[in-house]
Amino acid sequence: MKLEMKDQPGQLVAALKPISAVGGNIIAVIHQREASAAAKALDVQIVLELPEGRLETLLELLREQGVTVVRIGEERLLYKCTLIMIGHLMHTDLSDTVDRIDRTGSAEVTELSLVMPAINAPSSARITIRSTTRTEMKKAIRILRGVAEQKKLLIIEPLEDA
Amino acid sequence: MRIAILGFGSVGQGIARAILAKDLNITVTGLADSRSGIIDAGGIDVAAALARKGNGDSCGTPGISPADVVTKAEYDVLVEVTPTNVETAEPALGHIREALGRKKHVVTSNKGPIALAYPELRALAEANGVLLKYEATVCGAIPLIHAMQEGLAGNSISRLYGVFNGTCNYILTRMAEDSLTYEQALAEARELGYAEADPTYDVEGIDAAIKLVILANTILDMHTTLDDVERTGITLLTPDALRLAEDLDCTIRLIGEIVPKAGVLRVSPRIIGKEHPLVVEGTLNAVTVEADLAGELTFIGKGAGSTETASAIIGDLLYIHDRYVQGS
Ligand SMILES: NC(=O)c1ccc[n+]([C@@H]2O[C@H](COP(=O)([O-])OP(=O)(O)OC[C@H]3O[C@@H](n4cnc5c(N)ncnc54)[C@H](OP(=O)(O)O)[C@@H]3O)[C@@H](O)[C@H]2O)c1
Repeated sequence: MKLEMKDQPGQLVAALKPISAVGGNIIAVIHQREASAAAKALDVQIVLELPEGRLETLLELLREQGVTVVRIGEERLLYKCTLIMIGHLMHTDLSDTVDRIDRTGSAEVTELSLVMPAINAPSSARITIRSTTRTEMKKAIRILRGVAEQKKLLIIEPLEDA
Repeated sequence: MRIAILGFGSVGQGIARAILAKDLNITVTGLADSRSGIIDAGGIDVAAALARKGNGDSCGTPGISPADVVTKAEYDVLVEVTPTNVETAEPALGHIREALGRKKHVVTSNKGPIALAYPELRALAEANGVLLKYEATVCGAIPLIHAMQEGLAGNSISRLYGVFNGTCNYILTRMAEDSLTYEQALAEARELGYAEADPTYDVEGIDAAIKLVILANTILDMHTTLDDVERTGITLLTPDALRLAEDLDCTIRLIGEIVPKAGVLRVSPRIIGKEHPLVVEGTLNAVTVEADLAGELTFIGKGAGSTETASAIIGDLLYIHDRYVQGS
């Protein structure tokens, strides 16, 4: 996630404290000297990871500190789940199977390893899904279960959650 | 303490051998297999009955039926160890009702009556002032039911999951170890006596599902039936799938899982880290219980076998003996 704010004196320090208070993890702090430099304030970008559901609390805390958030950037795909599929994966249009997850917009298939078996035998594949939130991951897995039922594929889920 | 045993196969004979080998203060006064029975208030010659069975003969006299033993023998506890019927639970269910009605305690390894009729049987036992115990129905030698009912009394269970079927665990262990196909591993399990001629009940996850129903209904205050369990077996697994899991330092095991609050009852093959405590070898069973006060506990042990299952039966018998049976 990316937060953009005006770099006024003291703002950066004021912004960093609440981030650790809500359990966030700062990945990078980027100063941008752009056109707006003329206007006394610099733009600063903070790239961070945030536990799910903490964004509202963080924004609240930042407001209290008098920090002005200009823009909240795109959320990143923090949740990862690896599953195994068995069945006639090619005959049942593997790219459609992948597409149904990618189409959600909030979850996507980031890795796929397919083992091709003898002709007409069922094939096995390992598929890694990433998503922005746990809820989106659950939704993606639900979609995959539905597809599996329809295409008569066996889905092996991990014992532990994403 | 006097007991009558219905069923003289693997489990029944295991109980008989333990009684002969150890000084357990248990006398067998009634015994039946599918075709014969013995009733002797003075105590049956158990060694002779085992010998007859060993020769391929019936254990007793052809004219005496299991129903005769239940209704006519003099015993404190009925030990019901006949084959499981998941559709009707009969004839075991009728025999258990009859014994409880006669104010006799009942100990069983038979999953049918417990999975299908526990609330009714428990009420009947209570009304008659006797106990109904069934430790051997879930995970053989592992005292899981006792641990949850006694040791963990007062805890709330948020999740319970594990390996409940030794046959499937053996097949999956072998597929992972030596890249065997499902069919090859199943053939091997049959040869070693770990799988029945018709393995459906095990490999389709039905056996594990029944055990979940028993735990859910008798310990977790749920009201479920076999149909409520979301169930996938292991018959479609490929060596390739196990290799794909292996690449991630994982393997695949058939896991039964209950999440009481979410109403989840599920048996399915799952990807699991190789270092996970539930990854046990061969025919072992393993169950993890997540409890609010106790935290996480994992039980590992033999889920089947003549002597191992007899261990659970005898534990139940002595529990009853210590609390209820006066005198010898
Ligand atoms: N084996 C295990 O490790 C294990 C573990 C946990 C639970 N259990 C459960 O324990 C029970 C017994 O298992 P097992 O392995 O001992 O089975 P088994 O070896 O097949 O023996 C079953 C015995 O019951 C007798 N029988 C069959 N129908 C009967 C009837 N209507 N009335 C009286 N006796 C009858 C059989 O008679 P014949 O001898 O004349 O055929 C045999 O002696 C099953 O419900 C099983 O699910 C077994």
